Amino acid sequence: MALPANATLGQQVSYVGLRVICAFGFLFLLLPTLIIMPISFSSGTFLNYPLPGLSLRWYEQVLQPHPWGFAFKNSMIVACATTVIATVLGTLAAYGLTMAQFRFKGLLVGFLISPLVVPLVITALAAYFALAKVGLLGTHIGLILAHTALATPFVVITVTATLQGFDHNMVRAAESLGANPINAFFSVTLPLILPGVLSGSVFAFVTSFDEIVVALFVAGPGQFTMPRQLFADLRDQLNPSIIAVATLLTVASICLMALIEILQRRKDTG
Amino acid sequence: MASLRHAQKTGQSVLAGKLARGERARKLTALSLIAPLFLLLVCVFGVPILAVLYYSVDNPLIGKVLPQTTAAMAEWDGRALPGDAAFDAFAADAKLAYKAKTIARAALRLNYEIAGFRSMTMKAARRIHRFKGASIKEELIALDKRWGDIVYWRAIKDASASYTPRYLLAAVDLELTWGQGIVQVEENRRIYLAYLMETFWISAVVVLLCVVIGYPIAYLIATSKPAKQRILFILILIPFWTSLLVRTAAWVVLLQNQGMVNDFLIWLGITDQPFEMIFNRFGVYVAMVHILLPFMVLPVYSVMKSISTDYMRAAASLGARPFSAFLSIYLPQTIPGLGAGCLLVFVISLGFYITPALVGGRSDQMIASLIAQFALGTANWGMAAALAVVVLVCVAAIYPIYHRFAGGDRMKLN
Repeated sequence: MALPANATLGQQVSYVGLRVICAFGFLFLLLPTLIIMPISFSSGTFLNYPLPGLSLRWYEQVLQPHPWGFAFKNSMIVACATTVIATVLGTLAAYGLTMAQFRFKGLLVGFLISPLVVPLVITALAAYFALAKVGLLGTHIGLILAHTALATPFVVITVTATLQGFDHNMVRAAESLGANPINAFFSVTLPLILPGVLSGSVFAFVTSFDEIVVALFVAGPGQFTMPRQLFADLRDQLNPSIIAVATLLTVASICLMALIEILQRRKDTG
Repeated sequence: MASLRHAQKTGQSVLAGKLARGERARKLTALSLIAPLFLLLVCVFGVPILAVLYYSVDNPLIGKVLPQTTAAMAEWDGRALPGDAAFDAFAADAKLAYKAKTIARAALRLNYEIAGFRSMTMKAARRIHRFKGASIKEELIALDKRWGDIVYWRAIKDASASYTPRYLLAAVDLELTWGQGIVQVEENRRIYLAYLMETFWISAVVVLLCVVIGYPIAYLIATSKPAKQRILFILILIPFWTSLLVRTAAWVVLLQNQGMVNDFLIWLGITDQPFEMIFNRFGVYVAMVHILLPFMVLPVYSVMKSISTDYMRAAASLGARPFSAFLSIYLPQTIPGLGAGCLLVFVISLGFYITPALVGGRSDQMIASLIAQFALGTANWGMAAALAVVVLVCVAAIYPIYHRFAGGDRMKLN
């Protein structure tokens, strides 16, 4: 969208204005996370520039088993379990949703993705009540179940989107050649929709790994996850170790994002 | 001929039957594939949400701890002080509950009805087994003359119902009174509606700021060349994928009094005193807009991408000035995306809790933090549930509008 040579003053003003606002917007979005990252390499305790010197002491502190190692372990346990349950059940459901038409399908889809549209704090409160009633407050299982509810809609949506272009006749062909339905699913359907399944599972993983509100409600001290520990530290003690954690998390999420990009490109071209 | 037609007909019906049976089998397979997820979600999401609705009216405590009192007052009309029977029943209940150590919870519950009821109940429960006189009623009133005040007995009667509207009413600053029906609570106790209004106001300002910054960004991305478009799009996705807590942490670090933004402003000579930018409304707006901006840009962009530039060119060739062409041709076409973005940001804002808790001051807390406080702090489940129901009703009222703009099946993740 280049500016024509004979642009009027008004066009010039709006052209420049648009770019100024957008530059501001992009800086606003990106700068805060980028500008704090170098502080994690500071040798001092202040969260400001100039840095008194460079060191890896904060990264050393983050790699200690307590509290960050423990939090990382909890986050991984919860996020991996959530991802497995959400991916398996979500993929099956998405496959079922696209293979036949039936009554109340819209309503059913609405219910399956409804955890996305209910404000998080209400889902958290509901999980808190339910888990308190069955005695699962402050357990890994409780947190995993609550996170699964939040994560499955992402799997259902991404896999359903992938299956939209899927030709069910290929399954019929496989079955006519003697494959049983399970065989046909694993050897024909799954390889074709794998990029969608994988990006859904990455969404599910990130949803659980980054989740804090439900964790605040239902996790006990034994389930302190990374976001939970970050929340506690942000309230109590501000030091560069928080920024070291933030830097590591950001790098990890950018890697996951790149993974999704690659998967989706494969889906588009393949 | 007739037999041939007959054969054809039976052949058709056999085929139709086979097809129908096949179709039915497919449906059954489909449903059995969906069933596991459906059942799991019913257990971990559907039923719990219903439990929230239930707890907002559930009120079992007084009926359980003071059963005889509840029974004795079942027929009481609340016009005059109850008779000896009710006082005797209360004494019997209080004695048992004192021994069973359940009286403290009942006293706390009664305190929700009238402040001061708690200490009054506890005092009575401690003394009641020493009562020797003929009339418990007289001795109780002698112990504390408030026991002779009818409003306390009305409170017991209200509190002893199995289901109560009081939490839901209280969540919107209303109360059920004897005689006047539902009225607004006294002025100095009207806090929840103010919280709700504040939450709506903060959300609305955040939406507005997201439109002002997000619309031009979406426009720029949508009208760029494909290669540049890809890069700009990734620049939007990076913050979208960055942890919410990381981004909030960044603002805490930047906006402190000794933070970088203040240092920069002082260095520029704009100020020599640091501005208060955190633990107040400014910090909340900045951090919330930062977190929610991608939710505005993405739906607006996805609509803009499908708008052909031909219309704008046609308008220009017909003599429309760029600005009026934009207003009358381009903007209306982007309304679906804009509406979807606005409502998405608004609804997410309504439930915001973490960011205001970390970068807001005392007066910037939103309704979600009140819910958390009631559930986790004071263990008042009824009030937590009632406030959640109010938020849920607001969201439910907003979503049909969202659907009209965005359409249910057009929900996209990126």
